[in-house]
Amino acid sequence: MNKIVSKEQLSSCVYKLEIEAPIVAKAQKPGNFVILRIKEKGERVPFTIVESNPSKGTISIVIRNMGVTRTKLCNLNVGDEIKDILGPLGRRSEISNKGTFLACGNGIRIAALLPIARAMKEAGNKVITIISAKTKDLLILEDEMREISDEIHVLTEDGTHGEKGNFTDPMRKVIEKENIDYCMTIGPVDMMRDCAKVTKEYNIPTRASLYSIMVDGTGMCGACRVSVNGRTKFTCVDGPEFDAHAIDFDGLLLRIDGYRNEESKKLQHLK
Amino acid sequence: MTKEEYKEIYNQEWRKEIRKSVSPKERMAIPRVVMPTVPVEERIHSQRIEVNKGLSLEAAQLEAKRCLDCADPGCMKGCPVGMHIPTFIKNLERGNLLEAAKTAKSISALPAVCGRVCPQEKQCEAQCIYHLKLNKPAVSIGNIERFIADWERESGNAIIPEITEKNGIKIAIIGSGPSGLACAGDLAKLGYDVTVFEALHEIGGVLKYGIPEFCLPNYVVDAEIDNLKALGIKFVPNFVVGVTATIDELREEGFKAFYVATGAGVPKFMNIPGENYNGILSANEYLMRINLMDADDENADTPILTGKNVVVVGGGNTAIDAVRAAKRLGAERSIIVYRRSMDEMPARLEEIHHSQDEGIEFYNLANPIEYLADETGRVNKVRVQMMELGEPDESGRRRPVAIEGNIEEIDCSVVVVAIGVDPNPIIPNSVEGLKTSDWGTIEVDDEKHSSVDDIFAGGDIVRGAATVILAMGDGREAAANIDKKFKSEK
Repeated sequence: MNKIVSKEQLSSCVYKLEIEAPIVAKAQKPGNFVILRIKEKGERVPFTIVESNPSKGTISIVIRNMGVTRTKLCNLNVGDEIKDILGPLGRRSEISNKGTFLACGNGIRIAALLPIARAMKEAGNKVITIISAKTKDLLILEDEMREISDEIHVLTEDGTHGEKGNFTDPMRKVIEKENIDYCMTIGPVDMMRDCAKVTKEYNIPTRASLYSIMVDGTGMCGACRVSVNGRTKFTCVDGPEFDAHAIDFDGLLLRIDGYRNEESKKLQHLK
Repeated sequence: MTKEEYKEIYNQEWRKEIRKSVSPKERMAIPRVVMPTVPVEERIHSQRIEVNKGLSLEAAQLEAKRCLDCADPGCMKGCPVGMHIPTFIKNLERGNLLEAAKTAKSISALPAVCGRVCPQEKQCEAQCIYHLKLNKPAVSIGNIERFIADWERESGNAIIPEITEKNGIKIAIIGSGPSGLACAGDLAKLGYDVTVFEALHEIGGVLKYGIPEFCLPNYVVDAEIDNLKALGIKFVPNFVVGVTATIDELREEGFKAFYVATGAGVPKFMNIPGENYNGILSANEYLMRINLMDADDENADTPILTGKNVVVVGGGNTAIDAVRAAKRLGAERSIIVYRRSMDEMPARLEEIHHSQDEGIEFYNLANPIEYLADETGRVNKVRVQMMELGEPDESGRRRPVAIEGNIEEIDCSVVVVAIGVDPNPIIPNSVEGLKTSDWGTIEVDDEKHSSVDDIFAGGDIVRGAATVILAMGDGREAAANIDKKFKSEK
């Protein structure tokens, strides 16, 4: 059992949980994720590890209260326990000094970008960050991102915070102005696809970290399969990061919704 | 066991007497026992009702009476681990059930499992004299084995194995499927300090995540695991060796040897157009959602795909498991699509019969070539190339050959792909110097010893996709060889 040791509300619908998981905390590297199951009869759901504290033996995850398991997780409190946590899963992010690093994040998935951007900063890169969200309330971890960025651009689609506009606008400005050596994009599928299109134009090596439906997280179920360079890959063991210029984003967008109808039935049941 | 050793057991007084007590003619006149089953209407709505109800003592003993106790028994040769079949059968006949159970357990670590899932019709029962020479159905060895093992579990007289004095040597078993459990049990009995690491949240490997409860109920597996816990074996779920901790880190923690039994769990896909549409999933995903995450329980959190027509591609045990699971989830038509004919189907015969009783449809000599989808990207048709059988291939089965121009379409909204699995790559990828084959299996010598000194391996990670009984046999052999290694080092 894994006890929740702290809970922080990041926005009206987003929470950060710090959970006891000493073995995972010790082995975790940026880019890794966990699969957790809240209780008996629960489903197994993947979450990026946002940060870990090996000495305290804890990991942190960020959750938006949508979907059955996510909603249930958000309703848990300090002292509650999570039945199973498996990890750290997935290939770790490649962290090295590449020069100037462009970190692109959107919405809840800024949480997955943070550990990578932080590690890239620590590795000596100049970190330029662009983060965005639909609206102010969905923009999370801005202060944390600001702290590790040499330059940061903040946007909302509705203009309730930061610049208003399209993600690719500040991207192009940054790329025109700076010599970007490496880019990482983490967000919803269409946002990552848009980022990849822009960096492809400028020939900037770009990785996208994917999210996916998963059951076991060790390569056994194939639910997370995605076509990369025309070949089927498993996000859990071959990813979660892939060359953003080789990913079949259209296929990915389709598969993300593979259980939408079934999930919404379960959600109604929950409410 | 040598011929001489068998002769000695064969010629024990009680055995001679029981042989003589009934004439062969009378024995041969007894019809083969029929395993009672739960009626289709009752079982078809639940993933959790075991179809076979098991034999009564009387029925099991009557079936035991059929066995002619051959001097040179074919059944033992047909068994991949050389189970002492006639010895447990004759013990049952004379009413010494405890001795029968001991006999079965002396060879198989999991007789209650093997009695249920072994393809007996291809192994022991295929070599039974009734089948080979008498033109009658073989002695129902699998059902007898199951009866004996179930009796032992339910009687409360479980055999408590003797444990050699503890030697404190730490051994790590990687994977808690049949191979890992068998190895762990033997090593614990030999006094080793055994820890079993399991990636999933349940102990039991394929016995839990793969085989549905209507074939093998969880309580049967759990009883075996409880027995192993009683031997002092530690089980660590949610731990992927090679990821959560490396073998090197475990070495630092004092583990002196490793048995890798991580199985073949990577699902194969066909790489045909449309295979990534929604509604198309691997049998592993489908069965794990049910078996490990209770998706069949409407109060569970886990979603599962259901549809009017469910197509399952493949002809092995997993395909049959999946197609029967689909029926139980309410599919109107639950259809196997298999590229060869019924006769070549590798699935266990009894399961095929049960599935036919349950109304499963078989679309044979058909090979999927493309999937079609509706405007939301959900599969709605599979296009199949119709086949005919040509010359036998290297497996001895007649090779399916496409009939040019003969393509059909089947309407469906769920497709489960069950065309086989590849070895799990995590250990091979994470251990330097570990020799593997081109197929990703770990290479071992006759003693299950890999190219790395402290690593042994067996089961499907060595064999590719094989059977529970072979995996279990490997585990036991590896345990003996691990013991030999430490004894010789002393």
